[in-house]
Amino acid sequence: MSTNVTDTDIPEAREETGIAQALRDYWGRVKGGNTGSMPAVLGLIALIALFSVLQGGVFFTALNFANLLNQGTAIIVLAMGLVFVLLLGEIDLSAGFAAGTCAAVLGVTLTNRGWIWPLALAAALLTGLIIGLVLGVLVAKLGIPSFVVTLAAFLGLQGVMLLIIGEGGTIAIQNDFLLAIMNNNMPVWAGWLLWVIVVLGYASVSLRAIHNRRKYQLVSPATSVWLAKVVTLAVLLGAAVYILNIQRQIVRPGRQTCVSVDPVNQPVGCIPVIQGVPWAVLVVLILLVILTFVLGRTSYGRHIYAVGGNTEAARRAGIAVSNIKISCFMVCSFMAAIAGVLLASRDNSVSPTTGGAQTLLFAVGAAVIGGTSLFGGRGRVIDAVIGGLVVAVIANGLPLVTDQSGIQYVVTGGVLLVAASVDAITRKRTSAGG
Amino acid sequence: MSSTVPILELRGVNKSFGPVQVLNSVDLSVYPGQVTALVGDNGAGKSTLVKGVAGIYPFDAGEYLFEGKPVHVTEPRAANALGIEVVYQDLALCDNLDVVHNLFLGREQSRGLVLDEITMERRATETLRGLSVRTLKSVRQQVSSLSGGQRQTVAIARAVLWNSKVVILDEPTAALGVAQTEQVLNLVRRLADNGLAVIIISHNINDVMQVSDNVACLYLGNMAAQVASSQLTHSQVVELITTGRSGELGLQPEVVSQASA
Repeated sequence: MSTNVTDTDIPEAREETGIAQALRDYWGRVKGGNTGSMPAVLGLIALIALFSVLQGGVFFTALNFANLLNQGTAIIVLAMGLVFVLLLGEIDLSAGFAAGTCAAVLGVTLTNRGWIWPLALAAALLTGLIIGLVLGVLVAKLGIPSFVVTLAAFLGLQGVMLLIIGEGGTIAIQNDFLLAIMNNNMPVWAGWLLWVIVVLGYASVSLRAIHNRRKYQLVSPATSVWLAKVVTLAVLLGAAVYILNIQRQIVRPGRQTCVSVDPVNQPVGCIPVIQGVPWAVLVVLILLVILTFVLGRTSYGRHIYAVGGNTEAARRAGIAVSNIKISCFMVCSFMAAIAGVLLASRDNSVSPTTGGAQTLLFAVGAAVIGGTSLFGGRGRVIDAVIGGLVVAVIANGLPLVTDQSGIQYVVTGGVLLVAASVDAITRKRTSAGG
Repeated sequence: MSSTVPILELRGVNKSFGPVQVLNSVDLSVYPGQVTALVGDNGAGKSTLVKGVAGIYPFDAGEYLFEGKPVHVTEPRAANALGIEVVYQDLALCDNLDVVHNLFLGREQSRGLVLDEITMERRATETLRGLSVRTLKSVRQQVSSLSGGQRQTVAIARAVLWNSKVVILDEPTAALGVAQTEQVLNLVRRLADNGLAVIIISHNINDVMQVSDNVACLYLGNMAAQVASSQLTHSQVVELITTGRSGELGLQPEVVSQASA
């Protein structure tokens, strides 16, 4: 009983793979259909170049860069939550109005009832968890398609929001801490400190992983690959921090710049200093690290991928499929609650349009453009960030190029369609590769 | 490497679904270090027998002995606890995960909260080496990029990863080409040579004759015969499957007529 089949063995020699090999492997994956975030990154570069050429003076400025981040933050946070639901192959159409409803809870408790802000914030976040629990139970236990459940919630939450806000229409948010999240910037030194922490953190965590793998003679990337990644990250983030630390207020001749950010004791009529990394960036960064850890490094995260990839296989492997589904909807609505708080902070108020309009579609678009599959099983939290930046660049850049809102809608819809096509083609390619 | 004491033994098990008697006083002995082929035509009760062993549909009556002791296997977990693993025809792998992830699916090794990828990867590599699997380029390949035979290999490796004693394979070669069938059959043989008891369900008599030590043939819910493969010819197996008897072997004529009535 001998076999004539020639096979390659599991590599015995644990040789390290260099940069060239790493690039070849990556290209192999791309050709195999697994494009990851590459289209989004290329698209981001192309869009920035395009808008810079078309509207050089206005688009590529420090002020606009900060604006762009400000516009994108809530969408990115919403998209991060949606990644969890999309990984299951489900959808949450109600996330936008879940954000609005949670913001309304925040506004009513904080402003109308006079609660202290931590309590009001907790109430808003708890509202998110409860919405997610209800959606999750309806989808996982009753077996109603998530499209229908969340479409109903899309309508229903819109109404709940109106009822909570009441006849007044708009509730102002006056708490300094909550307003600071989206309106204030870190001091210059804190921005650079954050840069150092992120780069060193990434470098040490990835280096330790490589060392551990070498210790047990497992295939590991070469130090040169690691170094290239760390340097790329350091340069990109360094550039971002540098630009954000530039004084954004346009200096007019004949007027003095204020001495510091401190509003007291300034020369009369001086130009205020606006510079630094927005605090919102820190919020996004913390959420990114936590959720990436949960998805990539815990068995809970692994089970989410398993349920999205093959529900029956997950069930047979003893994974509690309904609990995973319910928890993902809860994560999504919880993230929506955070997005709602960010929206309220940005607008200094809560109104019946908070979280409405294109908010949800932009967020779904962000996740899909970033490389998260609509078919489930494939996606990362960083996708939401990259895709969110693409959406923010389009939303920010297009109005500078054309004032016809018709064109803006058409272009945004087109980009989403292109991203969904890439997703569908990827899926076809990978399943044909078997 | 064979033993005379069966690791798993069924004596006179019955199973009915409503008025339909699917298994009628079936005996089966499975020995460590041997491949037992379970054959029979469609509807003979092979799947029901295997599902009874695996605890999915518990038997109505009869004795279920494991390592000589009577046991009650009424749910899949009880079978797993004894060391019985089933590899179903549809394999139940997650395409979007890599080989290591699939091998440990639902039983991930963690240190605290964090998945212990290194331990899992090493154990996966060891297990595949132990099975002399040479068909995988890397244990970090996504399952979607694997061929049918490689997938079967991963599914089988998952079944033996947990120090299992009995591995049941449902039609492992049904969807495979010639070369890949050969690979999988070699793997099945190696499992038995490593001391496991293997039950293989197959419709392919060539595969059965090639890989098995003994053949158990079901005929309309009755165990027609369980005979050493060396004492059977190809045509005898066919005859047992289609008519329930072959010369001296098999069911008595009156049992056959009763069963087919």
